[in-house]
Amino acid sequence: MSGTFVGMPAFPTAAREALADTQLRRNLAHATRTIRDKRAAVVAEVEDWEELRVAGAAVKEAALRDLATHLETLEASLVAAGATVHWARDAAEACAIVASVAHTHGVDEVVKVKSMATAEIGLNEALEAEGIAAWETDLAELIVQLGDDLPSHILVPAIHRNRAEVREIFRRRMGDVGRPAPDDLTDEPAMLAGAARAHLREKFLRAKVAVSGANFAVADTGTLVVVESEGNGRMCLTLPDVLVSVVGIEKVVATWSDLDPMLRLLPRSSTGERMNPYTSTWSGVTPGDGPQEVHVVLLDNGRTRALADDVGRQALRCIRCSACLNVCPVYERVGGHAYGSVYPGPIGAILNPLLNGVADEQTASLPYASSLCGACFEVCPVRIDIPSVLVDQRAAVVDSHRGDRVPKPEAVAMKAAAWTFSSAKRLARAERASGLAGRVLGRFSRTTLPGGRAAAGRLPGPAAGWTGARDLPAPPTESFREWWDRTDGGRDGSAR
Amino acid sequence: MRVALQVTCVNDAMFPDTGKAVVRLLRRLGVEVDFPQAQTCCGQPMVNTGYLDEAVPVVRAFVDAFAGYDAIVTPSGSCAGSARHQHSIVADRSGDPALVAAVAETGPRTYELSEFLVDVLGVTDVGAYFPHRVTYHPTCHSLRMLGVGDRPTRLLEAVRGIELVDLPNATECCGFGGTFALKNADTSVAMGADKARHVRDTGAEVLVAGDNSCLMHVGGMLSRQRAGVRVMHLAEVLATTEDTEGGSSGPAVGERAGDRA
Ligand code: SF4
Repeated sequence: MSGTFVGMPAFPTAAREALADTQLRRNLAHATRTIRDKRAAVVAEVEDWEELRVAGAAVKEAALRDLATHLETLEASLVAAGATVHWARDAAEACAIVASVAHTHGVDEVVKVKSMATAEIGLNEALEAEGIAAWETDLAELIVQLGDDLPSHILVPAIHRNRAEVREIFRRRMGDVGRPAPDDLTDEPAMLAGAARAHLREKFLRAKVAVSGANFAVADTGTLVVVESEGNGRMCLTLPDVLVSVVGIEKVVATWSDLDPMLRLLPRSSTGERMNPYTSTWSGVTPGDGPQEVHVVLLDNGRTRALADDVGRQALRCIRCSACLNVCPVYERVGGHAYGSVYPGPIGAILNPLLNGVADEQTASLPYASSLCGACFEVCPVRIDIPSVLVDQRAAVVDSHRGDRVPKPEAVAMKAAAWTFSSAKRLARAERASGLAGRVLGRFSRTTLPGGRAAAGRLPGPAAGWTGARDLPAPPTESFREWWDRTDGGRDGSAR
Repeated sequence: MRVALQVTCVNDAMFPDTGKAVVRLLRRLGVEVDFPQAQTCCGQPMVNTGYLDEAVPVVRAFVDAFAGYDAIVTPSGSCAGSARHQHSIVADRSGDPALVAAVAETGPRTYELSEFLVDVLGVTDVGAYFPHRVTYHPTCHSLRMLGVGDRPTRLLEAVRGIELVDLPNATECCGFGGTFALKNADTSVAMGADKARHVRDTGAEVLVAGDNSCLMHVGGMLSRQRAGVRVMHLAEVLATTEDTEGGSSGPAVGERAGDRA
């Protein structure tokens, strides 16, 4: 039903293709800027925003510090409240648990409230292989699913689509899987939402089993929390008889009151709203009200691996608000698919290598998918220092290649640079050579930079990466160091 | 106060005029800087590409060269950020307590030029004269890693003759990003193209920033577009006076690199 990220090329290649997609560029530039401005406006209203961020980071940090204890408490509270708790080490185990619950009830379909964890483990595909259809009920997720597409944003999975494209997808695909779109469907947002509503209502009323994730799991009360804006989540969580929630183990917070900073930080950071429209909380089973069979699947799938990383573990504080995506200049231009994961953008660039390691080339390319501008850290509600983790993950990539029999050209170049830079004498020698090149270029160059300096135009070889689109100033004939020596730091009167 | 100039490897090898401008500017303000000849690079190219072991001897060379100075001034937000925020990572990696102690000494004493002028010397009017239409790009590391805030623009506003215009979307990254510019050249260029467009929209003649590496990237694009906008380091603007400006033509116009002795 939907696509897969398996086999995606490394980031630079995927990005090159995405950059050429004019519709994508336009849609993303518009959408990210709109959300970005909205967020900035509502965050500016909060006087103690910085304190709130510190508090939010502290809540998650405290939970991670004693993760095992909190998880045991959570399990005990959930069981006491009538829920069944399952532990899943990886994606396969988690998917098998959900499938077996569905099989037990003899259903061939489940409704889903959008969840990053179930996207991460590829639940829909796994269920499909077992003959169970999983219907996404979040509007954007529905668009992705109907379009045989891949999500490209944490919060707005169909951010790369505009409304004309959405109309097309609804018209062509809705009828294949349920109630068709009305014949007179236009691309008016209200009409598109109406078509989705009618289509989904049928599925909500029919489904016996629902699948969700959770934004938070409160250990002391055994409460799961889902934060959403459409109300479809509330339908999934209350209508069907059976509810299975797949929850990453890093979602745990110690106490009910820990939700306070989190629920204030999340809506402003993610949708730019002051308060979240639909916040659902449930603790196990309430007799006669809502689902009468509640399962919770606690998912590791690389999280303990990330937790063991001294620098990177802070990524587990992430509350998936997507603020970092919306401000990221790289994400804004290449979109989410280029990251080859359900977790795109700055958080994806660190989370994927932390969860999965850097052995494969695609994942190893992600920490480099950033100019380290730091805009992500500035907006992150739980103060994840993404640039520092990016650099640390780059080091993990480099370290994983230290045993290579044939070192990469980059490694050779870096070793040579380090050798040159560890001695001023060697650097001076290199600069004299570059001064010579500068003299030659100065004489023969046909390119002149604005202001008059000679430049190199298009160069072949490795320099082409630079000069393909950028002129390069010719090296000066005299380095600063040589000038200082010759003029005694300009004190001989020749200041220039 | 013993003040050292950390000119940076990029300026040393590619933009010596920026280093000369810092010397001239500080001398005018009564500060004689030393240029410790043992200096090389801050190690950032290695650190930001993930080569931490390779950065160890480079950081060692940095702390050796600048030991004993009260202040280390550098015309680069990025290199100041590297000394203040990344050297400790490299030192920890080396496992050498002496290096850990040494970077804890040099890091906090490293100032980006505008910080040194405004915070240490307490000046915003440095007596400069620059009669051109100028726009200023706050580079990411000076803005977010160091938090230089409005120091550079306060310095620019005090320059006589200058026509300073706001750059739209100023705080957005230009797309340089060190090795990012090569490893992800397409994305880097896409970002640079937007930055160049915003620069052109200002109608400025000169784009000013505190990091020559970012300027090399945006300037390289503007040059390729024959946009008629030149780039200039903040230090060079601040060092310019009525004597050196010599009328209206602006510094370095018509001067070819090869003509310089
Ligand atoms: S890393 Fe921070 S900003 Fe990005 S999605 Fe997670 S919580 Fe939000």
